[in-house]
Amino acid sequence: MTGPSRLDPGSLRPGLSPSGTRSGLSRRGPGPSRLRPGALALALGALLASMVAGLLAGAADIAPGGIALQLLDWLPLVSADSGLTPVERNLLLELRLPRVLLGALVGGLLAVAGAAYQGAFRNPLADPYLLGAAAGAGLTTTAAIVFLKGDGDALVIPVAAFTGAVGGVLLAYALGNVAGRGGGTATLVLAGVAVSSFLTAVQTFVQQIGVDELERIYAWILGDVGGGWERITLVVPYAAVSVGVLLLHGRLLDVLSVGDDEAAGLGLHAARVRLAVLLAASLATAAAVAVSGLIGFVGIVVPHVVRRLAGGSYRIVLPLSLLGGGAFLVLADVLARTVLAPAELPIGVVTAFVGAPFFVAVLRMTRQVGT
Amino acid sequence: MSRILARDLEVALDGRTVLSGVGLAVGRGGWLAVIGANGAGKSTLLKALAGVLPCSGEVLVDDVPLRRLKPRERARLIAYAPQSPVLPADMTVFDYALLGRTPYIPHLGRESRADREATASVLERLGLEPFASRRLGRLSGGERQRVVLARALVQQAPVLLLDEPTTALDLGRQQQVLELVDRLRRADGLTVVTTLHDLGVAGQYADTMTLLSHGRVAASGAPADVLTEKLIDEHFGARVRIETGPGGRPGVHLERPHDIEPPASGP
Repeated sequence: MTGPSRLDPGSLRPGLSPSGTRSGLSRRGPGPSRLRPGALALALGALLASMVAGLLAGAADIAPGGIALQLLDWLPLVSADSGLTPVERNLLLELRLPRVLLGALVGGLLAVAGAAYQGAFRNPLADPYLLGAAAGAGLTTTAAIVFLKGDGDALVIPVAAFTGAVGGVLLAYALGNVAGRGGGTATLVLAGVAVSSFLTAVQTFVQQIGVDELERIYAWILGDVGGGWERITLVVPYAAVSVGVLLLHGRLLDVLSVGDDEAAGLGLHAARVRLAVLLAASLATAAAVAVSGLIGFVGIVVPHVVRRLAGGSYRIVLPLSLLGGGAFLVLADVLARTVLAPAELPIGVVTAFVGAPFFVAVLRMTRQVGT
Repeated sequence: MSRILARDLEVALDGRTVLSGVGLAVGRGGWLAVIGANGAGKSTLLKALAGVLPCSGEVLVDDVPLRRLKPRERARLIAYAPQSPVLPADMTVFDYALLGRTPYIPHLGRESRADREATASVLERLGLEPFASRRLGRLSGGERQRVVLARALVQQAPVLLLDEPTTALDLGRQQQVLELVDRLRRADGLTVVTTLHDLGVAGQYADTMTLLSHGRVAASGAPADVLTEKLIDEHFGARVRIETGPGGRPGVHLERPHDIEPPASGP
């Protein structure tokens, strides 16, 4: 068998030698979109800044200088006298620090899962709850609150929410495969809508039975990133696996963006890639939902803002959504804790209230630049 | 030896037979134009050859049956550009062309320097270098067609399947794209299979033609044997006059059914 045809750069453009005079162009000229160090540093900086803000803000008035010194003191090999009282130190370590970390983790998971869903479905309106994760978690958590009262074991609600989220997605996937010819995105989205409506109907019914628990149910649905270190240790293993798998699939999501037929022509099995991405993204969503409830808007706003500001390749969108989602949710939580202090707003209300105008502003701003 | 050979291709979509008993053979550096009325099965034939549509029958490239190959191996032998390719508006020209390297990049890996250089060299060759970092949503029709061609060439496959490569292009752009394909196949010995709805254009570029009708081969051979007044009347329901032009290539001229007035001359 003869080898593939050679592409000689000079054969059509007389005057250009194949590898001589202008070969520098291929080295220093145009290249693939990649995550630029500047953009990565900016996103990391935004996340760190939001976390510092999260540590400084709160109902108790702790001196910012003391907090900074205390953080330094906790670093290995560094010793500093913060002047904080033991109560203040405890508040920082057991309440604010885990709250900020959980906010960053959940925001990152929801945003990266949203970006992955948008890529897998080639649909800019896809969000992490599209395939029934939210409705499934809503039903099982409501049932747990109403029937088990959620007392005694702090694990009851996270386990119920996680199981419901995974169950909802698997149900939608199974229904989509039965209804469609396998792998098609349109039937899968419709199956997700059907499963979500059905599970939400059942959830409403269960909620009516346990009307006394309405406040707790709504408090969970509207989201919360408090809860201490225990929740962080719950979510970290799932977060690590799902984020790792998703970040590995950035290039393949770019290939999927030209459609299944063309991906097949390029030797890629689109349905298999989509399944791997959706499983990982659903795991990320379920992990986030388990410890924080149903926080909306992060999964759809953050990836779009990233796309507008840094480029459309999923090799850029996925990692920057992870960082940007974290920063966004930590800041939303700061607002939730401070606007009506000492009362707290539900974080889901803040993400929508602040997120919507912010989103519109970014769309307008980037349009003027002309990208 | 044929570079690409297909025997007895049969495709059924939703229980309806769309292609039946179709065969073709094109040698190294040859250009086959697949023609036929709307719905004759031209695009289906190209998809079946590319392996993106399940079919029965056999497709061989350099005597290797494609059925035995993994999708990645097949994609190194056949590059396929569909009639209406999806061009994500946010993607840059370079990233899009780089997709052609997919069959060479490890599944979860990233592209090598060789992949980047192969992409850059094709862009340079097609005069697309100045557009490399431009987003696809901001290209004109002619530029888009060249970008799609670039992606297919970056695949470095010996067989190029192009489904209506000149749709929606004006006459000048059509000519530019087809001349480009012609030069490429001569320079690299590429084997080209295109569907072309414009019979006159097809007759000017292809070495051989296959006329499809209702999913079967109605005629095949040199353009002069396929583009006859009788066959065109029979399969397209069109009245044409064929005049042999330079190089023995048939020119197709549409004839109005009735004698009509000459166009009014200007004042």
